[in-house]
Amino acid sequence: MEIIISNSSGVPIYEQIKDQIKAKIITGELAANFMLPSIRLLAKDLHCSVITTKNAYEELEKEGFIKSVPAKGFYVARINQELAKEEQLTKMENLISEALKIAKIHQISITEIKEMIDIINEENES
Amino acid sequence: MKNILEVKNLNKKYADFTLKNVSFTLPTGMIMGFIGENGAGKTTTIKAILNIITDYTGEINIMGLNNKTNDQKIKENIGVVLDDMFFPEVLKAQDINQIMKSIYTSWDEELFQNYLKQFNLPLKKAIKTFSKGMRKKLEIATALAHHPQLLILDEPTSGLDPVARAEVIEIFQNFIQNEKCSILLSSHQTTDLEHIADYITFINKGQIILSATCDEILNHYAIVRCTAAEFKKIKPEDYLKYRQEKYNYELLITNKKSFKQKYTTEVIDKITLDDLMVLMIKGVK
Repeated sequence: MEIIISNSSGVPIYEQIKDQIKAKIITGELAANFMLPSIRLLAKDLHCSVITTKNAYEELEKEGFIKSVPAKGFYVARINQELAKEEQLTKMENLISEALKIAKIHQISITEIKEMIDIINEENES
Repeated sequence: MKNILEVKNLNKKYADFTLKNVSFTLPTGMIMGFIGENGAGKTTTIKAILNIITDYTGEINIMGLNNKTNDQKIKENIGVVLDDMFFPEVLKAQDINQIMKSIYTSWDEELFQNYLKQFNLPLKKAIKTFSKGMRKKLEIATALAHHPQLLILDEPTSGLDPVARAEVIEIFQNFIQNEKCSILLSSHQTTDLEHIADYITFINKGQIILSATCDEILNHYAIVRCTAAEFKKIKPEDYLKYRQEKYNYELLITNKKSFKQKYTTEVIDKITLDDLMVLMIKGVK
Protein backbone atom coordinates (compact mmCIF):
# COMPACT_ATOMS: atom_id res chain seq x y z
CA MET A 1 0.00 0.00 0.00
CA GLU A 2 1.39 3.37 -0.99
CA ILE A 3 0.30 6.69 0.48
CA ILE A 4 1.77 10.04 -0.52
CA ILE A 5 1.37 12.92 1.90
CA SER A 6 1.88 16.51 0.85
CA ASN A 7 2.64 18.98 3.60
CA SER A 8 2.04 21.99 1.39
CA SER A 9 -1.18 21.07 -0.39
CA GLY A 10 -3.42 22.73 2.18
CA VAL A 11 -5.59 19.58 2.38
CA PRO A 12 -5.59 18.28 5.97
CA ILE A 13 -3.35 15.24 6.32
CA TYR A 14 -6.09 13.01 7.75
CA GLU A 15 -8.14 13.81 4.66
CA GLN A 16 -5.27 12.93 2.33
CA ILE A 17 -4.88 9.57 4.07
CA LYS A 18 -8.63 8.95 4.02
CA ASP A 19 -9.03 9.84 0.34
CA GLN A 20 -6.12 7.68 -0.78
CA ILE A 21 -7.21 4.61 1.18
CA LYS A 22 -10.77 5.12 -0.04
CA ALA A 23 -9.58 5.28 -3.66
CA LYS A 24 -7.65 2.03 -3.20
CA ILE A 25 -10.75 0.34 -1.80
CA ILE A 26 -13.00 1.59 -4.60
CA THR A 27 -10.60 0.44 -7.32
CA GLY A 28 -10.22 -2.91 -5.61
CA GLU A 29 -6.50 -2.49 -4.93
CA LEU A 30 -7.36 -3.14 -1.29
CA ALA A 31 -9.72 -6.09 -1.17
CA ALA A 32 -12.38 -6.81 1.42
CA ASN A 33 -11.01 -8.16 4.71
CA PHE A 34 -7.53 -6.79 4.02
CA MET A 35 -6.04 -5.87 7.39
CA LEU A 36 -4.91 -2.26 7.55
CA PRO A 37 -1.86 -1.20 9.57
CA SER A 38 -2.63 -0.13 13.13
CA ILE A 39 -3.29 3.53 13.86
CA ARG A 40 0.06 3.79 15.63
CA LEU A 41 2.11 2.01 13.01
CA LEU A 42 0.60 4.05 10.19
CA ALA A 43 1.34 7.26 12.13
CA LYS A 44 4.94 6.20 12.63
CA ASP A 45 5.47 5.22 9.01
CA LEU A 46 3.85 8.37 7.63
CA HIS A 47 5.59 10.58 10.22
CA CYS A 48 2.36 12.05 11.42
CA SER A 49 0.51 12.10 14.72
CA VAL A 50 -1.64 9.28 16.09
CA ILE A 51 -4.68 11.54 16.20
CA THR A 52 -4.30 12.21 12.47
CA THR A 53 -4.40 8.54 11.48
CA LYS A 54 -7.14 7.90 14.03
CA ASN A 55 -9.30 10.62 12.44
CA ALA A 56 -8.70 9.14 8.99
CA TYR A 57 -9.74 5.62 10.11
CA GLU A 58 -12.74 6.90 12.04
CA GLU A 59 -14.06 8.72 8.98
CA LEU A 60 -13.46 5.72 6.75
CA GLU A 61 -15.36 3.60 9.24
CA LYS A 62 -18.21 6.10 9.38
CA GLU A 63 -18.48 6.03 5.59
CA GLY A 64 -18.53 2.24 5.66
CA PHE A 65 -15.24 1.59 3.87
CA ILE A 66 -13.48 -0.10 6.75
CA LYS A 67 -14.59 -1.83 9.92
CA SER A 68 -12.90 -2.09 13.26
CA VAL A 69 -12.69 -5.37 15.10
CA PRO A 70 -12.09 -4.70 18.81
CA ALA A 71 -8.67 -5.82 20.05
CA LYS A 72 -7.69 -6.84 16.51
CA GLY A 73 -7.59 -3.85 14.22
CA PHE A 74 -9.09 -2.34 11.12
CA TYR A 75 -10.17 -4.31 8.07
CA VAL A 76 -11.40 -3.28 4.63
CA ALA A 77 -15.19 -3.67 4.57
CA ARG A 78 -17.07 -5.45 1.85
CA ILE A 79 -18.37 -2.60 -0.26
CA ASN A 80 -20.48 -2.36 -3.35
CA GLN A 81 -17.84 -1.20 -5.82
CA GLU A 82 -20.42 -0.12 -8.40
CA LEU A 83 -22.21 1.99 -5.82
CA ALA A 84 -19.01 3.53 -4.53
CA LYS A 85 -17.94 4.43 -8.05
CA GLU A 86 -21.38 5.86 -8.76
CA GLU A 87 -20.95 8.12 -5.74
CA GLN A 88 -17.69 9.46 -7.11
CA LEU A 89 -19.28 10.03 -10.51
CA THR A 90 -22.08 12.06 -8.91
CA LYS A 91 -19.49 14.13 -7.10
CA MET A 92 -17.75 14.83 -10.44
CA GLU A 93 -21.04 15.66 -12.15
CA ASN A 94 -21.78 18.26 -9.54
CA LEU A 95 -18.38 19.88 -9.97
CA ILE A 96 -18.72 19.87 -13.77
CA SER A 97 -22.22 21.42 -13.58
CA GLU A 98 -20.73 24.11 -11.39
CA ALA A 99 -18.05 24.80 -14.05
CA LEU A 100 -20.63 24.77 -16.83
CA LYS A 101 -22.69 27.41 -15.01
CA ILE A 102 -19.68 29.70 -14.91
CA ALA A 103 -19.02 28.95 -18.59
CA LYS A 104 -22.58 29.90 -19.52
CA ILE A 105 -22.41 33.24 -17.70
CA HIS A 106 -19.18 34.16 -19.44
CA GLN A 107 -20.14 32.66 -22.80
CA ILE A 108 -17.36 30.11 -22.94
CA SER A 109 -17.99 27.47 -25.59
CA ILE A 110 -18.05 23.74 -24.99
CA THR A 111 -15.06 23.34 -27.34
CA GLU A 112 -13.05 25.70 -25.14
CA ILE A 113 -14.06 23.72 -22.08
CA LYS A 114 -12.95 20.45 -23.67
CA GLU A 115 -9.63 22.03 -24.61
CA MET A 116 -9.27 23.25 -21.06
CA ILE A 117 -9.82 19.73 -19.70
CA ASP A 118 -7.13 18.36 -22.04
CA ILE A 119 -4.65 21.05 -20.97
CA ILE A 120 -5.27 20.56 -17.25
CA ASN A 121 -5.04 16.82 -17.68
CA GLU A 122 -1.70 17.10 -19.48
CA GLU A 123 -0.35 19.46 -16.82
CA ASN A 124 -1.40 17.08 -14.06
CA GLU A 125 0.14 14.08 -15.81
CA SER A 126 3.54 15.70 -16.27
CA MET B 1 -6.10 4.81 32.69
CA LYS B 2 -7.47 7.59 30.52
CA ASN B 3 -4.91 10.27 31.29
CA ILE B 4 -1.27 9.59 32.02
CA LEU B 5 -0.66 13.14 33.21
CA GLU B 6 -2.96 15.70 34.80
CA VAL B 7 -1.78 19.12 35.90
CA LYS B 8 -4.42 21.04 37.82
CA ASN B 9 -4.25 24.68 38.89
CA LEU B 10 -0.53 24.81 39.34
CA ASN B 11 0.58 28.08 40.98
CA LYS B 12 4.12 29.04 41.86
CA LYS B 13 5.50 32.47 42.77
CA TYR B 14 9.07 33.62 42.26
CA ALA B 15 10.29 37.15 42.85
CA ASP B 16 10.17 37.98 39.15
CA PHE B 17 8.03 35.20 37.69
CA THR B 18 4.69 33.52 38.43
CA LEU B 19 3.10 30.31 37.20
CA LYS B 20 -0.61 31.02 37.24
CA ASN B 21 -3.33 28.34 37.24
CA VAL B 22 -1.44 26.06 34.88
CA SER B 23 -3.75 23.18 33.93
CA PHE B 24 -3.52 20.63 31.13
CA THR B 25 -4.12 16.94 30.52
CA LEU B 26 -2.14 14.42 28.51
CA PRO B 27 -4.26 11.41 27.47
CA THR B 28 -2.50 8.05 27.60
CA GLY B 29 -0.82 6.97 24.38
CA MET B 30 -0.38 10.47 23.01
CA ILE B 31 2.43 12.94 22.35
CA MET B 32 2.04 16.48 23.66
CA GLY B 33 4.23 19.32 22.46
CA PHE B 34 4.81 21.98 25.10
CA ILE B 35 5.62 25.30 23.48
CA GLY B 36 6.30 28.88 24.54
CA GLU B 37 9.01 31.52 24.56
CA ASN B 38 12.16 31.08 26.62
CA GLY B 39 11.25 31.97 30.19
CA ALA B 40 7.51 31.37 29.66
CA GLY B 41 7.39 28.67 32.34
CA LYS B 42 7.95 25.39 30.45
CA THR B 43 10.91 24.21 32.52
CA THR B 44 9.34 25.36 35.81
CA THR B 45 6.20 23.37 34.99
CA ILE B 46 8.26 20.30 34.08
CA LYS B 47 10.25 20.63 37.29
CA ALA B 48 7.03 20.73 39.30
CA ILE B 49 5.79 17.61 37.53
CA LEU B 50 9.06 15.88 38.41
CA ASN B 51 8.99 17.01 42.04
CA ILE B 52 12.23 18.94 41.57
CA ILE B 53 10.41 21.99 42.88
CA THR B 54 7.77 21.20 45.48
CA ASP B 55 6.58 24.46 47.04
CA TYR B 56 3.73 25.10 44.64
CA THR B 57 -0.03 24.93 45.04
CA GLY B 58 -2.16 22.74 42.83
CA GLU B 59 -2.27 19.09 42.01
CA ILE B 60 -0.30 16.88 39.67
CA ASN B 61 -1.28 13.28 38.92
CA ILE B 62 0.86 10.87 36.96
CA MET B 63 -0.61 7.48 36.00
CA GLY B 64 -3.50 8.40 38.28
CA LEU B 65 -1.18 8.84 41.26
CA ASN B 66 -0.37 12.05 43.10
CA ASN B 67 3.19 12.99 42.23
CA LYS B 68 4.15 14.07 45.77
CA THR B 69 2.94 11.00 47.63
CA ASN B 70 4.01 8.40 45.05
CA ASP B 71 7.38 9.80 44.05
CA GLN B 72 9.26 6.50 44.04
CA LYS B 73 6.72 4.54 42.04
CA ILE B 74 6.30 7.34 39.52
CA LYS B 75 10.04 7.83 39.02
CA GLU B 76 10.39 4.14 38.13
CA ASN B 77 7.91 4.69 35.33
CA ILE B 78 9.06 7.94 33.78
CA GLY B 79 12.04 8.75 31.62
CA VAL B 80 13.42 12.27 31.71
CA VAL B 81 15.66 14.44 29.57
CA LEU B 82 16.31 17.89 30.98
CA ASP B 83 17.70 20.88 29.16
CA ASP B 84 20.92 20.97 31.14
CA MET B 85 23.09 17.84 31.13
CA PHE B 86 23.18 16.16 34.52
CA PHE B 87 25.92 13.52 34.08
CA PRO B 88 29.38 14.27 35.50
CA GLU B 89 31.81 14.84 32.64
CA VAL B 90 34.37 12.25 33.70
CA LEU B 91 31.90 9.37 33.42
CA LYS B 92 31.71 7.05 30.43
CA ALA B 93 28.57 5.54 28.92
CA GLN B 94 29.44 2.21 30.56
CA ASP B 95 29.56 3.97 33.96
CA ILE B 96 26.09 5.37 33.33
CA ASN B 97 24.95 1.83 32.69
CA GLN B 98 26.34 0.65 36.04
CA ILE B 99 24.83 3.56 37.98
CA MET B 100 21.40 3.26 36.38
CA LYS B 101 21.36 -0.49 36.95
CA SER B 102 21.52 0.18 40.67
CA ILE B 103 18.87 2.93 40.55
CA TYR B 104 16.15 1.38 38.39
CA THR B 105 14.82 -2.09 39.06
CA SER B 106 13.61 -2.21 35.47
CA TRP B 107 16.89 -1.03 33.85
CA ASP B 108 17.40 -2.90 30.56
CA GLU B 109 21.12 -3.16 29.88
CA GLU B 110 20.68 -4.70 26.47
CA LEU B 111 18.25 -2.01 25.34
CA PHE B 112 20.68 0.68 26.54
CA GLN B 113 23.54 -0.89 24.56
CA ASN B 114 21.29 -1.10 21.50
CA TYR B 115 20.51 2.60 21.69
CA LEU B 116 24.22 3.41 22.06
CA LYS B 117 24.95 1.38 18.94
CA GLN B 118 22.09 2.97 17.04
CA PHE B 119 23.30 6.45 18.01
CA ASN B 120 26.97 5.62 17.34
CA LEU B 121 27.97 6.46 20.91
CA PRO B 122 31.21 5.01 22.34
CA LEU B 123 30.92 2.94 25.52
CA LYS B 124 34.39 3.69 26.84
CA LYS B 125 34.98 7.38 26.26
CA ALA B 126 34.48 10.10 28.87
CA ILE B 127 31.41 12.25 28.35
CA LYS B 128 33.58 15.38 28.27
CA THR B 129 34.81 14.29 24.81
CA PHE B 130 31.22 14.09 23.52
CA SER B 131 29.73 16.71 21.20
CA LYS B 132 26.50 18.43 22.21
CA GLY B 133 24.49 16.15 19.95
CA MET B 134 26.15 13.04 21.40
CA ARG B 135 25.36 14.15 24.95
CA LYS B 136 21.71 14.67 24.04
CA LYS B 137 21.54 11.23 22.47
CA LEU B 138 23.14 9.66 25.54
CA GLU B 139 20.52 11.32 27.73
CA ILE B 140 17.73 10.06 25.50
CA ALA B 141 19.14 6.52 25.53
CA THR B 142 19.34 6.71 29.34
CA ALA B 143 15.78 8.01 29.63
CA LEU B 144 14.44 5.14 27.54
CA ALA B 145 16.39 2.18 28.90
CA HIS B 146 14.22 1.40 31.93
CA HIS B 147 11.01 0.96 29.91
CA PRO B 148 9.21 4.06 31.16
CA GLN B 149 5.53 4.67 30.42
CA LEU B 150 5.88 8.43 30.27
CA LEU B 151 8.73 10.38 28.73
CA ILE B 152 9.21 13.95 29.89
CA LEU B 153 11.62 15.76 27.65
CA ASP B 154 12.77 19.36 27.96
CA GLU B 155 14.21 20.45 24.61
CA PRO B 156 15.36 16.94 23.63
CA THR B 157 16.36 17.92 20.11
CA SER B 158 18.09 21.25 20.77
CA GLY B 159 21.63 21.17 19.43
CA LEU B 160 20.96 18.19 17.17
CA ASP B 161 21.50 18.33 13.43
CA PRO B 162 18.51 17.56 11.16
CA VAL B 163 19.56 13.94 10.60
CA ALA B 164 20.00 13.24 14.31
CA ARG B 165 16.69 14.98 14.97
CA ALA B 166 14.94 12.71 12.49
CA GLU B 167 16.51 9.68 14.25
CA VAL B 168 15.31 10.88 17.64
CA ILE B 169 11.81 11.63 16.35
CA GLU B 170 11.64 8.11 14.97
CA ILE B 171 12.62 6.73 18.36
CA PHE B 172 9.82 8.71 19.97
CA GLN B 173 7.31 7.34 17.47
CA ASN B 174 8.61 3.82 18.08
CA PHE B 175 8.21 4.40 21.79
CA ILE B 176 4.49 5.18 21.50
CA GLN B 177 3.82 2.07 19.42
CA ASN B 178 2.93 0.72 22.84
CA GLU B 179 -0.38 2.45 23.46
CA LYS B 180 0.31 2.72 27.18
CA CYS B 181 3.28 5.00 26.50
CA SER B 182 3.04 8.78 26.24
CA ILE B 183 5.38 11.73 25.76
CA LEU B 184 5.43 15.30 27.00
CA LEU B 185 8.09 17.27 25.19
CA SER B 186 8.96 20.92 25.19
CA SER B 187 10.57 22.10 22.01
CA HIS B 188 11.32 25.07 19.82
CA GLN B 189 11.54 22.71 16.84
CA THR B 190 7.94 23.38 15.93
CA THR B 191 8.10 21.65 12.55
CA ASP B 192 8.96 18.40 14.35
CA LEU B 193 5.97 18.92 16.62
CA GLU B 194 3.68 19.61 13.68
CA HIS B 195 4.50 16.13 12.43
CA ILE B 196 4.36 14.00 15.53
CA ALA B 197 2.48 15.85 18.28
CA ASP B 198 -1.12 14.87 18.98
CA TYR B 199 -1.64 17.79 21.35
CA ILE B 200 -0.10 21.23 21.65
CA THR B 201 -0.03 23.12 24.92
CA PHE B 202 1.13 26.71 24.68
CA ILE B 203 2.35 28.59 27.74
CA ASN B 204 2.99 32.33 27.84
CA LYS B 205 4.14 34.41 30.82
CA GLY B 206 3.35 31.57 33.21
CA GLN B 207 -0.15 30.94 31.89
CA ILE B 208 -1.54 28.33 29.51
CA ILE B 209 -3.03 30.24 26.60
CA LEU B 210 -3.92 27.29 24.40
CA SER B 211 -4.15 23.51 24.75
CA ALA B 212 -5.68 21.70 21.78
CA THR B 213 -5.06 18.88 19.37
CA CYS B 214 -2.41 19.68 16.80
CA ASP B 215 -4.82 18.72 14.02
CA GLU B 216 -7.39 21.22 15.26
CA ILE B 217 -4.78 23.98 15.14
CA LEU B 218 -3.26 23.08 11.78
CA ASN B 219 -6.58 22.36 10.04
CA HIS B 220 -8.85 25.04 11.46
CA TYR B 221 -6.63 27.92 12.49
CA ALA B 222 -5.23 30.15 9.76
CA ILE B 223 -3.59 33.47 9.06
CA VAL B 224 -5.47 36.13 7.15
CA ARG B 225 -3.56 38.91 5.45
CA CYS B 226 -5.53 41.94 4.33
CA THR B 227 -5.56 45.70 3.75
CA ALA B 228 -6.62 48.23 6.39
CA ALA B 229 -9.91 48.78 4.55
CA GLU B 230 -10.65 45.06 4.55
CA PHE B 231 -9.63 44.76 8.18
CA LYS B 232 -12.23 47.35 9.16
CA LYS B 233 -14.99 45.17 7.70
CA ILE B 234 -14.01 42.10 9.72
CA LYS B 235 -15.90 41.69 12.98
CA PRO B 236 -13.70 41.35 16.08
CA GLU B 237 -15.45 38.10 17.08
CA ASP B 238 -14.15 36.50 13.89
CA TYR B 239 -10.49 36.67 14.83
CA LEU B 240 -8.42 35.86 17.89
CA LYS B 241 -5.56 38.34 17.51
CA TYR B 242 -4.35 40.82 14.92
CA ARG B 243 -1.10 42.50 14.11
CA GLN B 244 -0.60 45.67 12.10
CA GLU B 245 2.34 45.25 9.76
CA LYS B 246 3.89 47.93 7.62
CA TYR B 247 2.01 47.03 4.44
CA ASN B 248 -0.88 44.95 5.71
CA TYR B 249 -2.77 43.42 8.62
CA GLU B 250 -2.25 39.89 9.90
CA LEU B 251 -5.12 38.14 11.67
CA LEU B 252 -5.15 34.89 13.55
CA ILE B 253 -8.43 33.07 12.97
CA THR B 254 -9.64 29.84 14.55
CA ASN B 255 -12.23 28.66 12.05
CA LYS B 256 -10.96 28.83 8.51
CA LYS B 257 -14.10 27.35 6.99
CA SER B 258 -16.68 29.72 8.45
CA PHE B 259 -14.35 32.67 7.84
CA LYS B 260 -14.15 31.75 4.14
CA GLN B 261 -17.94 31.67 3.93
CA LYS B 262 -18.31 35.05 5.56
CA TYR B 263 -15.54 37.03 3.89
CA THR B 264 -14.34 36.56 0.35
CA THR B 265 -11.49 38.83 -0.56
CA GLU B 266 -8.71 38.18 1.91
CA VAL B 267 -5.65 35.99 1.65
CA ILE B 268 -6.09 32.99 3.95
CA ASP B 269 -2.82 31.18 4.60
CA LYS B 270 -2.09 27.81 6.15
CA ILE B 271 -0.76 28.26 9.67
CA THR B 272 2.46 26.96 11.21
CA LEU B 273 3.08 26.66 14.94
CA ASP B 274 5.70 29.39 14.55
CA ASP B 275 3.10 31.76 13.09
CA LEU B 276 0.72 30.83 15.88
CA MET B 277 3.30 31.60 18.57
CA VAL B 278 4.26 34.94 17.08
CA LEU B 279 0.70 36.11 16.56
CA MET B 280 -0.50 34.93 19.96
CA ILE B 281 2.35 36.77 21.67
CA LYS B 282 2.87 39.83 19.46
CA GLY B 283 -0.71 40.20 18.28
CA VAL B 284 -3.28 42.35 20.05
CA LYS B 285 -7.02 42.53 20.41
